[in-house]
Amino acid sequence: MKRLLRLGVAGLLLLPPAVAWATLNVFATVPEWGALAEELGGDKVKVYVATNALQDPHHVEAKPSLIARARAADLVVATGAELEIGWLPLVMQQAGNPKIQPGKPGYFEAASLVPMLEKPTRLDRADGDVHPGGNPHIQTDPRNILRIAGPLATRLAELDPPNAAFYQARAKAFTERYGTAIANWEKQAAPLKGVPILVQHKAFTYLIAWLGMREVAALEPKPGVEPTTSWLSEVLALLQQQPAKMVIRAAYQSDKASLWIAERAKLKAVALPFTVGGDDEAKDLYGLFDDTIARLLKGIQ
Amino acid sequence: MSRPKLVCSALAFALILAADAHAATDADLAEIRDQIRQLKESYEARIQALEQRLQDAELAATRSSAAPPAKASPPAVTPDATVAASAPAPAASGLSAFNPAISAVLQGAYANFSQDPNKYAIAGFVPSGDIVPAKRSFNLAESELSLSANVDDKIYGNLIFSLTPENTVSVEEAYGLFTTAPFGTAPKFGRFLSSIGYLNDQHQHAWDFYDAPLVYQAFLGGQYQNNGLQLKWLAPTDTFVEVGAEVGSGESFPGNGRNKNGVGDGTAYVHVGDDVGASNSWRAGASYLQTAARDREYTQADLAGNDALVAFTGRSKVAIADFVWKWAPNGNAQERNFKLQGEYFWRRENGDLTYDSDGALGLTRTGNYRSDQSGFYVQGVWQFMPAWRVGARYDWLNPGSVDYSANGAYLANGSFDPQRWTAMFDWTPSEFSRFRVQYQQAKLRPGFTDNEIFVQYILTLGAHGAHKY
Repeated sequence: MKRLLRLGVAGLLLLPPAVAWATLNVFATVPEWGALAEELGGDKVKVYVATNALQDPHHVEAKPSLIARARAADLVVATGAELEIGWLPLVMQQAGNPKIQPGKPGYFEAASLVPMLEKPTRLDRADGDVHPGGNPHIQTDPRNILRIAGPLATRLAELDPPNAAFYQARAKAFTERYGTAIANWEKQAAPLKGVPILVQHKAFTYLIAWLGMREVAALEPKPGVEPTTSWLSEVLALLQQQPAKMVIRAAYQSDKASLWIAERAKLKAVALPFTVGGDDEAKDLYGLFDDTIARLLKGIQ
Repeated sequence: MSRPKLVCSALAFALILAADAHAATDADLAEIRDQIRQLKESYEARIQALEQRLQDAELAATRSSAAPPAKASPPAVTPDATVAASAPAPAASGLSAFNPAISAVLQGAYANFSQDPNKYAIAGFVPSGDIVPAKRSFNLAESELSLSANVDDKIYGNLIFSLTPENTVSVEEAYGLFTTAPFGTAPKFGRFLSSIGYLNDQHQHAWDFYDAPLVYQAFLGGQYQNNGLQLKWLAPTDTFVEVGAEVGSGESFPGNGRNKNGVGDGTAYVHVGDDVGASNSWRAGASYLQTAARDREYTQADLAGNDALVAFTGRSKVAIADFVWKWAPNGNAQERNFKLQGEYFWRRENGDLTYDSDGALGLTRTGNYRSDQSGFYVQGVWQFMPAWRVGARYDWLNPGSVDYSANGAYLANGSFDPQRWTAMFDWTPSEFSRFRVQYQQAKLRPGFTDNEIFVQYILTLGAHGAHKY
């Protein structure tokens, strides 16, 4: 029996890995980095996206499927800034994959490459779901995606030197095309400048800063804390002095609080895709902002 | 001190020593000094060159990483007051820079029992240690303190104390884990909660009910802890397939400390899991534990009604089948989710049983002993709105067959099936706190129905831990 067991274990260890070596396996924690890795890597990368746009990225579980995929990954692309703290460290620890540990080339963190907003001046859980590194929802500003594209292409090239020129060429092409797109979006979004809005969760800080909108209040009394009726009443009172045009929420969020306030304050409730796959139009990084801006413009009509 | 300087000094020291041995003359000394100076200069020059190369490389990297200028109207990164680029946080300095992550769990409960909890026992099952869920009235439950950090580039260390309400401290887990082991392996060593079953390696504060399922209480004395080595291997497949084995001292129930060299117990297990669509995920497993006991003593009422002292020496084998299935719409567990889990336990013990009547006759007899027992629990927890959950659990134990052979004249096992029904309701205002009300009706002994109520709190402070699936 013991001998059999030993033989079995030895046999399993020698099994040829089921994954193909030809392509680079990328494990993206959220859809936006999966989409970016696909833009830059084309058919040279195989992208697995750990979460979808309808999931709250703060509350994901270290599911067996994620651990299995992290085991085969050559590169983990994460947001960082503690967005994935509830599950990614555990997934990486259980994956038994030394390549993707923090500090190794196989671990890429986007938040360290962009200027972070809302960095808390004091760290106290009494303030809700506080992220010491700043607000982690950086993908709501397309300029951040552009900032990350270059370093991510460099990283892909580093991990897969034979295709280095391929990644750099794609990064160049993407940067040009996306830069043009951003300029267009900025033009389209000109009427949004200075528009006062409500947000359900402080998920759109970067979008608001980019388009020059004004956040009057959030429906969550504190980040990550569910809206309460008493707090919503306070927000209603605030709206008397500072009227807002619309209330925006991410696709993954419940519409209850938004609709509640929209009905009472006579403003529009707008659901934004938030990330790639958040709605039918947000199929890629272009569709994401085409649709976001279209929906925002509808909100001020 | 920088490395080259260290090297220089070491060289210098060695040279001086060597020179000293030859009763150095002034000329020699001057020569040596000169050599050292040359060495230093050449090192410094090389370091400077390296530093320059590093700087150049960094510059090049930032240039290539910063978006190459797009020809068609590049997106101007507007210097907006609200978009204040934050400087990297100053690195923590001094001795505290490498402090481990610290977190603490505070727990307590109010408990109400209709039967005396001091007489808590499961009929037909060998007493497995301290499994009484609580005392009556207000209880401080176990508090946990945990420290964890990377030890170095290869090992991660974790220490979890348990502070009991009786003011004692025990080490719940204290292990090292190789983080860079190849082939999808994760070797662990030290003291740890064994990964057999589903619930065993989860800490009590992560359970969905206040107390452990009856199978854990009856077969493992609560949770199976091991001092030893663990090796897990994750298959390189898209489906989660984890194979693990442990060897240890085997001091935990159903084994005991046997003052023996070598390996005291062994476990082996397989866990398999995957997703079904975006909304469902599952994990199932099979585990096996083999351990042994020497003179594992307990008292048992004999057929004459005396409290006899009984001691078991022999082997104990436990097999577990477990599954858990989770559902959340589109995988978003924030609003609503459902979790169904169950585990089936089987245990066989065979060896010798020594019966000591402890009565007037002073009778002591040793005979063969063999038991085959089993049980299961199944539970479901439903989060019907953010922060609020309800749950139900059913526990059942089968006393199976117990063969006392020669001691059959004095000892017997009933055929009573202990059962328990549990209902739970909890509120989780944030990831870091939970309040729970639990009611259960336990029929653990013939003729005794215990109605138990627990009101529990769990508070977590400090480092943000991640929970296992």
